[in-house]
Amino acid sequence: MNIIDKIDQEQMRVDLPDFRPGDTVKVHIRIIEGSKERIQIFQGVVLKRKRGMMNATFTVRKISHGAIGVEKTFALHSPRLETIEVVSEGRVRRSRLYYLRDRRGKAARIRER
Amino acid sequence: MPNTNGILGRKVGMTRVYNEMGRSISVTVIEAGPCKVLQKKTVGKEGYNAIQVGFLEKKESRLNKPEAGHFKRSGGAGYYHIREFRVTEPDTYEIGQEITLAEVVKIGDRINITGKTKGRGYQGVMKRYGFGGGKASHGSGFSRAPGSIGCSAYPGRVLKGKKLPGHMGTDKKTVKNLTVVDVREDENILLVQGAVPGAKNGLVSIYTKA
Repeated sequence: MNIIDKIDQEQMRVDLPDFRPGDTVKVHIRIIEGSKERIQIFQGVVLKRKRGMMNATFTVRKISHGAIGVEKTFALHSPRLETIEVVSEGRVRRSRLYYLRDRRGKAARIRER
Repeated sequence: MPNTNGILGRKVGMTRVYNEMGRSISVTVIEAGPCKVLQKKTVGKEGYNAIQVGFLEKKESRLNKPEAGHFKRSGGAGYYHIREFRVTEPDTYEIGQEITLAEVVKIGDRINITGKTKGRGYQGVMKRYGFGGGKASHGSGFSRAPGSIGCSAYPGRVLKGKKLPGHMGTDKKTVKNLTVVDVREDENILLVQGAVPGAKNGLVSIYTKA
């Protein structure tokens, strides 16, 4: 096997659930503050998934305080991700849900799958 | 001359690894060694202390006669790449001895790596020397040109060393102070933080810092 693929495969995470754009997920992020470690949860809609081996990422969008849209992009195989929980599965017709950025409230709803 | 012990390697490519803090580090993967000592050079004979090593074994049928004669002294097997490393005491090495990666570097070491940069062909001054160039549009007509290259009647010539378009790349370059991220002895694989000169499969020389 290719040496680089092998190094990548050693580090790739297989414990994460399968999820798609449109799904609502809870991302448990490990945050290190000084010597202490805590878990922060970021819940929102998966806007996109970027495929790739070690370089795969996904972006989650949530509406913070009912007004401000916050998007976070995570490296899928990062050890800083504790877990990903799929809250609900959404039915969407495209792979990149950028149109959600222009919508809010009722218009930004996603049908259940 | 300090003991600049080293080893030869082949650049495999780049990827990323996560450190214990969970941070992503970009690394270059190098397949390094084992290198066989082919010849010892001493102050008494050649005027300086060094060892000559070979890397990447070559089929016997591909050797020409002078090469075969040279390799015979170290046990027969021929190599594609031959380089020298300056050492303070060549007597600590035996001809035919194999130098492995683990003898040269360990995790956390700072090393220097020399390689041959990718060939870029005939390039203009913007790419070759980072000149600013002119405006791209609005009828400029001075987009990527070098501009004035000197004065007039005095000195009446272009000064030597003036930066002008020409061949770029395939230069020998050294990147200093690279951190060793991982050493996999059994696979002869070295991971260093950051980029290393050259294309994939290119030869790189790894020098320990004296």
